[in-house]
Formats: sequence, C-alpha cells, structure tokens
Amino acid sequence: MTVHAPTPAAGCSEPVVQRQRGQRAVFCGLTGIIWMHRKIQDAFFLVVGSRTCAHLIQSAAGVMIFAEPRFATAIIEERDLAGIADAHDELDRVVDQLLARRPDIRLLFLVGSCPSEVIKLDLGRAAMRLDKRFNPACRVLSYSGSGIETTFTQGEDAALAAMVPGLPAAAQSGPSLLVVGALADVVEDQFRRLFTELGISRVDFFPPRRSTQMPAIGPDTVFLLAQPFLAETARLLETRGATRLAAPFPLGEQGTTGWLQAAASAFNVAPSLFDAATAAPRERASRAVARYAPQLGGKSIFFFPDSQLEAPLARFLANEAGMTITEVGMPYLHRQHLAQDMALLPPGTLITEGADVDLQMDRCRAARPDLVVCGLGLANPLEAEGLNTKWSIELVFTPIHGYEQAGDLAELFARPFIRKSRLLVELEPA
Amino acid sequence: MQLTVWTYEGPPHVGAIRIATAMKGIHYVLHAPQGDTYADLLFTMIERRDHRTPVTYTTFQARDLGSDTADIFQRACSDAFERFKPDAMLVGASCTAELLQDNPAGLAMALNLPIPVVPLELPSYQKKENWGASETFYRLTRALLTPRAQGFVKPEKAIGSRPSCNLLGPTALGFRHRDDITEITRLLNALGVDVNVVAPLDATAADIVRIPDADFNISLYPEISDVTVRWLERTFRQPTIRAVPIGVGATKDFITEVVKLAGLDPAVAQRVIPSRLPWYSRSVDSTYLTGKRVFIFGDATHVIAAARIATDEMGFTVVGIGTYTREFAREVRELATKLGVEALISDDYLEVEARIAELQPELVLGTQMERHIAKRLRIGCAVISAPVHVQDFPARYSPQMGFEGANVIFDSWIHPLMMGLEEHLIGMFRGDFEFSDAATPSHLGAGHGSHAHTTTAVAEAEPATADIQAAPAEHASVIPSVTDASIIWGADAETELKKIPFFVRGKARRNTERFAAMQGVGLITVETLYDAKAHFGR
Repeated sequence: MTVHAPTPAAGCSEPVVQRQRGQRAVFCGLTGIIWMHRKIQDAFFLVVGSRTCAHLIQSAAGVMIFAEPRFATAIIEERDLAGIADAHDELDRVVDQLLARRPDIRLLFLVGSCPSEVIKLDLGRAAMRLDKRFNPACRVLSYSGSGIETTFTQGEDAALAAMVPGLPAAAQSGPSLLVVGALADVVEDQFRRLFTELGISRVDFFPPRRSTQMPAIGPDTVFLLAQPFLAETARLLETRGATRLAAPFPLGEQGTTGWLQAAASAFNVAPSLFDAATAAPRERASRAVARYAPQLGGKSIFFFPDSQLEAPLARFLANEAGMTITEVGMPYLHRQHLAQDMALLPPGTLITEGADVDLQMDRCRAARPDLVVCGLGLANPLEAEGLNTKWSIELVFTPIHGYEQAGDLAELFARPFIRKSRLLVELEPA
Repeated sequence: MQLTVWTYEGPPHVGAIRIATAMKGIHYVLHAPQGDTYADLLFTMIERRDHRTPVTYTTFQARDLGSDTADIFQRACSDAFERFKPDAMLVGASCTAELLQDNPAGLAMALNLPIPVVPLELPSYQKKENWGASETFYRLTRALLTPRAQGFVKPEKAIGSRPSCNLLGPTALGFRHRDDITEITRLLNALGVDVNVVAPLDATAADIVRIPDADFNISLYPEISDVTVRWLERTFRQPTIRAVPIGVGATKDFITEVVKLAGLDPAVAQRVIPSRLPWYSRSVDSTYLTGKRVFIFGDATHVIAAARIATDEMGFTVVGIGTYTREFAREVRELATKLGVEALISDDYLEVEARIAELQPELVLGTQMERHIAKRLRIGCAVISAPVHVQDFPARYSPQMGFEGANVIFDSWIHPLMMGLEEHLIGMFRGDFEFSDAATPSHLGAGHGSHAHTTTAVAEAEPATADIQAAPAEHASVIPSVTDASIIWGADAETELKKIPFFVRGKARRNTERFAAMQGVGLITVETLYDAKAHFGR
C-alpha cells in the first residue's frame, strides 16, 4: 500500500533498501514454538489465545507429531471475555491441570497472543504469581508471540529475551563465549569442537538443551549471534554487561569463517592456529557447495520476506554459489546486526523491508526469477505459474549453519532445479 | 479457558475461507492480524491447490491499533475489489479483529461497491469451523437469492425434460468432496436426473442464483448445507433429499428417495453399477473380519454412515462412537443407544485418546487425530472424516459416496488389518523371532507409519510417553493393571500375555482385567488369563 522511495543504505556500493507496508503473508511469532519446544527438552509452551492460535500451531507443525507435544493452547472463551470467569483464575486452573499432567516440565512459558494482548491480559503478572507457587519445581516465564507484536522468528527472540533476566551472574574469572540462538544439537557439537581447537574452552549455548543448564553471564561474557532475528535478546544481554561480537552469520564457508574469526579475535587466537583449525572444514565446505554449482551458478533468485535470514542467505548464494539476487524481501532489517552481511552483498542488491504481498507478487511475476523463496501459501500457486520455488520455512527447520551444513544449504536451493530436470511428465493445460 | 493440545476444527473464519476458496469469483476480505494468513497453507499445501486462496487479510499490527485499523480494513476492501474484480465479496473479522469492534460490515457497505457485499458475523469465541462454513454458505446464498425470492415463480419446464437437482455442501478442504461429487453426479445421471448446480464447490455467484431452478436439493454434507437447504425449502418450496449415500445400504436408500421425489420408475435403479462390497464381505477371506471391534470418531455425518457400514456391511462390532460435531450430537447419541454403546461428544483430543485406550478396539475409524492416537496405541486405523491431512487427498479417484465409494471404503478399512491367514500363522507360531511386537503386518511393509510431512521433519518423534501396551520391565514381579488400580499382574501371567500376538494383546489384557474385577481377583495368574479367555471367547 505504501512504498517509500529506495534509499541507499550508505554510499552507492551498498545494498539499496526500499520499505513497504501492506498485507503480509507471514507467520506470527507463535510459530517459533514448533522448534523451541524441541530445543529445550524440559520446557512447555502454553499459548493463551484463541482457537485460531491453536489451529495455527498445529497447521504449521503439520500435525505429524507422533508424541504428545510440549505445547498447548489455553483457549479463551466467551465467558472469559464477558467477565463471567476471571481470566487469571481460569489461567491458574489450566496451569494446575497442565502441570499435574506433565510433572516432568521444569520451565513453563505463558505465551501471549493477539487476543490476549488486545484484551490486555497481563501474562507477566500471571507468570510472577505462578512462579511463586511452582518454583523451584517449575519456573514460569512469559513472552508475547502475537502477530501484532512479532513476525515468525521474532517469537524465538521474545522467548530467549524472557529468559535473559533470570540467567545466573557469572563470576568474573576471565572471558567466556556465549552462542545465542537455537541451533540443531549436531551443529552445536560441531561448533564446540571448533572452538576447542581454537583454544576457546569456555563456551555456552543459549538456549540450553535443558532449562536447568542456563548459562551464567556477566561483563566478561562475549556473545555471538547465531541467528539474525535476536534484536531484543541481544539488547538485554548487553544490559547484563555482555558484549556482542560483530560478525556475519555462520551460513556457508564465508559466513562461518567470518563468524569464527570474530570469536578468535576476541580471544586473541593466533592466526596460524585459526588457519590450522579451519583450513580442512573450510575446504570441505567449499567443495560441498561446489557440487551444486551446475544447478545454481548464474541463476536468479527472489526472496519473499519471511525469517530475517534472507540477507545472509542472499550473501551466501551470491558469493559462494554464483547466483544473481533479484530482490531480498525481509520482514525487518536489523541494520546493526546485519552490517557485516550487508557489506558482503553484491553492490546495489535490492532489499525490501516490510511487505505488500500483492505488489511483491507483481514484481516477482515481472522479473520471472529462476527461483523464488516464499511461504507455503504462495509456493504451489507460483509453481502452477511455471516458477521454481523453495519453501522458506524449510530454511528455519533444517540444520544449515556452519561448515558441515554448507553443502546441505546449497542443496536446499538446488533441489527444485534437480527435481525439475528429472521430471519428464508435462503439466496438462488446465 | 479450555486446555487444548490438538483441535478438530479451526475457528469459524476458517470455515468461511473454505467456502470462498471452494467457489469461483468470490473474494473474502478478513480483518485479521499478521499471522492469520497461515490458513492459506491448509489449501495450498494439504489440498495442493494451485491458486492463492481468495482472501485479503488486513494483517494489522500493534502500531495500527487504536489509530487506523478501520481505515486499513476499508482500504483492503477497495484494493481487493480493484485487483481481483470479484463477483461478490465476503467481509468479516477473525478472533482478534472481533475484539476491536471496527464494524467491517458498515465499513464495507460505506464503499458502495458495485457488487454484492455479504457481511459475516462469526463469533470466534463461541463457534467453530464447520459452523462458520455453514453460516457463510447460508449468508451468501441468501444474499444472492433474495432478489429472486420476492414473488418467486418456478420457471416452466419443457415437457419431457429430466428432473433436476442441486448438490449442496461440498467445500474446499472437505474429505473426498471432489470425488464424491463426480460419483453422485454419475449416479444421478444414470437414474435420469440432471445436476443443476453444485455448490459451494466450483460454483460462481451466478450459479447460486440458478439454485431455485432445480426440482429439489440434495443435502450431501449436512454440517455445511443443512441451514441453507432449510431456507431454500421455506423460500423456494424446494424439497430436500437428506439420505447421505455413504455405504451400500445408505446409497440404496438415497436412490429410493431420489426415485420417489423425482417421480421416476423404480426400475431405473438397475441402471446404476452396483458395489462389489456385498460379495467381498461374503467371500470367505472376509471371515476374519467377523466381530472385529471398531471405534468410530469424526464428524457426525461420516460417523453415522461408518457405523452402519461397520455393522451391516462388514460384520464388525462397534464398541464406541463419538463426534466433535456438537450441532448433530443428538443424532449420534440416538445411534449410540441403538448400538448399545455410550456416545462420546467431545472436541477434546485427550478425552478421545483415553476412550480408545480404555476400549482397546482392533480398528479405529477416525480423523487424522485418531490416526495419531491409534499409531501410539499400535491399533490399525482408517480415516473416515475431516480433519484430514495431505495423504487423505489422494491423486487417484477415491470417493466415499455411492457404490464406488463403498468399494473404496471396503479396501481402505481392511488395509490396516491383519489378513486372515497371516493372523492364524502369527497365532500358531508366535515364537518366531520375526513375529515380534515391532513387526507390522507384512502387506504394509517395513516403512508403514512414516507418513509424509507437509512441512518438514520439524518434530522428531519422541518416545511415546503413554504407550499403554508397552511391555513392562522383565524384572518386575508384579505390574499394576491398566484399568483398575486394585488389580496386579503376576509375572507368569504377564509372560503368558506377551505370547499373545500384539494386535490382540490389548484386548486380552483388558478382558482379563475386567474378568478379574468381576471375580474379585486381586492378582492375575495364568489361570485367570485363560479363565477370562474361556469366559469372553475370542
């Protein structure tokens, strides 16, 4: 609906950023629960919301979860709105019911939603009250995953931010490194091995796999963001005295090396040691990505806004896979956290912050890119128009970080091309 | 507040989207916050639709609240009209926008668009998806037909022309609606009846206006069409066929009703190709189906139909039925009474799971939710009702209605069951190492059960937390009963129980415990086990 004139970020070799407002075809922050509830294995996420919220999470999760999930919705009903039932009493009753059923839960998140925010249900107060009752058997925290406050991956930011004030204070005994952002366990293990080889032994990951293993932080903590959507978490860590290391995000060989280098510099790792530790995996990552050069080289790609991972992904695809970037749509652009990635993007790359999905569809159809990265609601319709697509959500639900996943990341983008080249059946005209 | 793990139905505005998406040339402007667009993927991914859903969501954010959300809605309406040029527009609010009270109806009307604009009042905190679909179909039909209702005179029919009817109720995301319509249209054509309009699926606004031209209506999916056909009865004096043709007997009843209402010669029924189900059920291989204990859950229409097929056409024993459709709870309760079981009227997945665990059926006929429950409890399951997932929209022709539908049902219900001889062999040679609990029926293959995901492997399966059939630890001398805390199993009885094939073990356990409770036995021994077997039979 509103288009702001493109403005160069700074200087003419930088990406060009245009801003839009209009209909957004994105998930809300509640969706983050789908990966967060698997990452923290003793945590439970209780959405306080409507039937829509419950339906959203199960639809986004594919309802294919074999075991009972560690999330649920306390569905607000007419009697809660009409004031017949006191919403806080009702919530206490639901939490009692839930914790009686799942005594193994050690950390309960009350997750705010659009309706709970519009009716101004104070979940922060509810969390404090319930925490008093259940702590230490179970801690109770709250955050908002509502669509009016958060877009998709910002739900993880809000969940992590809710945990920061409760992190234990570190004894001041020399520097330690904190890696911030949910990563697949296997990726964490790989990074931990690399940091050990670099001589950085005091490394913690946040969020932890269990809520009882919260990392201690303090003025001696330096942290690396593993994900580009953690604005509030980073801000709160800084208020606790921790220092963010500026780095590109660890996607692909270039990004991972830059990210590790930021830690190496902070810990005064000798360049020779850094080269020795990273040479083999760097070479492996480049070789793994090169396998997909035939499919990806010279192809154009268009990103619809989704996760805020778009800028580092575009950087990886342009610099390591030889793709041409048509447009990088991003729901939000955190210029400070993404400064290193932005600087590595090809000059003049077009970034669109915000969205108007209909206008973006028009631009995409006009540009006819070789590959479109978009949400699940748009993928099949665009395929039916003859465009190749990649579901953006897969990039959030797949281990893509670090050297050993660089090839997997390239493969995700190559697969639509490989698939299309295999299929000899033609679509019949409708 | 209600604690909900999984939900059978979405909110009512998702029902409205099912109507808009089913139709052609209808656009829905939905006042909704960012995130509510998730509903699109139900259609594009689960149903593999190749077009965007015809919905414009206002996707307002916190910064818009209190200032200009009404303005955003109004602009969304005029933009959608300009861009999509619909023949009619639905306008309404999702749960969050309902709280804002921006009055979408008034805002849309103020635009004076040159097309019918139909406001939808769908109370999100009281009603659910099927109600929303039904209400939307009714409101839209009523709005489009009201101009014809005044002094309506039915058009003269040419002499010798065939009787005609409308097929009402099929929607987007409906369980096998696409193929049901094809099947029932063929059946009606064979009888000599024309189909005037199918709606809402693939109908335009102009098609809706033609509804009164038909001689009668067929309410195929009462959850969606019942309110509308009642209005058509009152307004246009169109009678309704209410027999739902799922199963051989029900299809015959349906044909009888059509023949009678259309004034046809009963002999036309012979023109319809009959079902193979009656012979398949009588053939000797089907002996093993006798008395299989089934639990049935889903929407009311499909549950009622499935119960009749299960008892009269397959020779099963129905041990429990239930529905999440509260609107038709009475019908399901009546049927339960006839079957001598207790109806479960609930949309609480946990309650359904508990009932299935307690009843230990040999086959579950349900929705995708019951498929999960059955998988965890290691019971065979066939899907008979929405909500369903991507694998329930098969590429092949697979209706549920009509005689071909009965063929499809026969095949898909017996697929998860052990075949006759296989069951005997396992009974005789249960010591064979490949007949272990982990072995699935051979015809299902080793990979059975790992269904495709629409998204990705987001959630790794975690160890089942409530696998009630899980074998107890070997060293335990006694284990508590599942159904009665005052009864325990002796180690020898437990070992003997494990020799029973896993697919009937749950039933044997339950029968033994029931028998022990009846006899006042506190400790179950091998004797108790076989006493119970003698008492209950197979």
